[in-house]
Amino acid sequence: MNVFVLLKQVPDTETKIRVTGDGASIEKSDIKWILNPYDEFAIEEAIKTRDKFKEGSVTVVSAGPDRVVEALRTAVAMGADNAIHVKTDDTVDTFVAAKALAEVCKKEAASLVFTGKQAIDDDQAAAFGMVAEFLDWPSVSVVVKLDIAADKKSAKAEREVEGGTKHLIETPLPALFAVNKGINTPRYASLPGIMKAKKKEIKTYTLADLGLGSETARTKDTGYQLPPERKAGIKISGDAAAQVKELVRLLREEAKVI
Amino acid sequence: MKKLKLTQKKLKNHRSMNSLERGLAGKFNMISFQLTEEQQALREMVRKFAQNEMAPNAAKYDENGDFPHDIIKKAWELGIMNIAIPQKFGGLGLGVLDDVIISEEMGAGCLGMCTSIAVNTLGLYPILLFGTDEQIKDLVVPFLEEPRLASFCLTEPGAGSDAGSLSTTAKDMGDHYLVNGSKMWITNAGHASLYSVFCTVDKSLKTKGMVCLAVDAKSPGISTGKPENKLGQRASDTRSITFENVKVPKKNQIGKVGEGFKVALATLDRTRTPIAASAVGAARMALEHSIRYSKERRQFNQPIAQFQAIQFMLADMSTKIEAGRLLCHRAGWLIDHGDAEAGVASSHAKRFSADMAMEVATDAVQIFGGYGYTKEYPVEKIMRDVKLVQIYEGTSQIQRVVIARHLLKD
Repeated sequence: MNVFVLLKQVPDTETKIRVTGDGASIEKSDIKWILNPYDEFAIEEAIKTRDKFKEGSVTVVSAGPDRVVEALRTAVAMGADNAIHVKTDDTVDTFVAAKALAEVCKKEAASLVFTGKQAIDDDQAAAFGMVAEFLDWPSVSVVVKLDIAADKKSAKAEREVEGGTKHLIETPLPALFAVNKGINTPRYASLPGIMKAKKKEIKTYTLADLGLGSETARTKDTGYQLPPERKAGIKISGDAAAQVKELVRLLREEAKVI
Repeated sequence: MKKLKLTQKKLKNHRSMNSLERGLAGKFNMISFQLTEEQQALREMVRKFAQNEMAPNAAKYDENGDFPHDIIKKAWELGIMNIAIPQKFGGLGLGVLDDVIISEEMGAGCLGMCTSIAVNTLGLYPILLFGTDEQIKDLVVPFLEEPRLASFCLTEPGAGSDAGSLSTTAKDMGDHYLVNGSKMWITNAGHASLYSVFCTVDKSLKTKGMVCLAVDAKSPGISTGKPENKLGQRASDTRSITFENVKVPKKNQIGKVGEGFKVALATLDRTRTPIAASAVGAARMALEHSIRYSKERRQFNQPIAQFQAIQFMLADMSTKIEAGRLLCHRAGWLIDHGDAEAGVASSHAKRFSADMAMEVATDAVQIFGGYGYTKEYPVEKIMRDVKLVQIYEGTSQIQRVVIARHLLKD
């Protein structure tokens, strides 16, 4: 099986997001970039699938500027066999990125695709659906359990629905699975893996290579706004009776809840 | 005017000279603190392992004193153990600076576990440095095939800092040695499959009579004591070993007879700096806990981090940690480059980092106050753990002896 994993590099979860002066974009210069945590589950599931069937290979693909190579190398260090970088600038929209990823999957004859259920930066959870559509494949999202049939012609997936309900789906293969936390425990990159990853040749495509030269984005980022700063709380002082009186007044006049 | 132009021209000519353009760096080796991409990746990976697997289990193993088999197995699977085995034997062939980077992260996770994991490198270095290819294949390569532990057996009940005075004997019996004696404070002794044992063939020859033998831990005549009930680093296994007429085949002799002391010192020259780095890691963790706690803990209506008394402690802790790390990185780099100053640099690193970590951990307990003195909070464990770094692999006093000897030599 030619298992593909679609990866995105995202800001570290502890990054303090700052908007650029003109409000059009995010300040990217001091961001620490990591592999999207949900994609780690996708890599693990791909490796497990390859190892279970004892055949095929795992290829990781990411679209973005040169820095995303780091995320690809992390995946190789975990155990992926091949890595493909689709060179784009920082501003491509989800449509273009998804189209490019789908084209790579077609060109490289992917037979199964995994990705995380969403990227933790913009939380759009849009790319996986688009890629599946471009491939004309079925897709299952928020997968927490996957069982691929021995003949590799179908798979049973378990989805997690709000409130803990399990939703069971059966799909023919090839298919795309957008996986959720809990499907597995991603392995650590091993030390020999890191050393191997460093030497790994990474195949690159430009958008033009994929026939996307004239492709125009469907959406455009027009700006970012940070949430308003939280105001400091009000401290009520005085004796108990005075405090209660003041609290009731505030609830009535300021908060207008009673 | 003309004169000025001339001067400018002269200056320009000068500036075009390499030595001026690059300052002194043009003449000497460039100083770089930039880790390679691989080193950064391995630091990230070991940090993740240390923080997710070691740290959350540190208090448990500290309390019950059990041996962390599960953690060690995971460390082995990730290739964090036995890192010095050369690539031609299937290992990673990492250098001492790489080891320093790894050890700082493991020390930050749990110093006790770090000791048990790192001691394999100590136990195997004698063979890697002085063994034949055949011996490395026979004795060391199995460590790459499954999780195994090796111990370094130098110290004896009567020979600590004065390691040259050891009295475990190896009697030449033709095709084998007969080993008799006892060793003390041996890390992983109860779980190791291989011991690198330092013996004497003739005590009157002092250090010139020493020989290093690789001993199968299952050999008849070997008995280990019960685990020492230690103040700190309780996740590491420390025991005495007794050798009673233990037969060791001649093919397990590492290096020449009389070379044993040299083997021991050469090994310690390579492990001293990573040990120092593990103390830097423990100190870094003590600082991180202190920063977090001092922002949360409120006294006099404000977080205690607002007080300059606390701020100055944090600042001093941080400067000390930076200094320790720099000494370790430099010593590691010098060792990897075979520099003549490497030995004394590693003593500087070990002496400073061990004492520094003790100071920083003590300050961390102070910042935590009464809470810091209890096992509910993690800093008292760090204080107990780092104390050992001032003692093992050459006490802080012995490091000073080495440094002073270097200063005073003619």
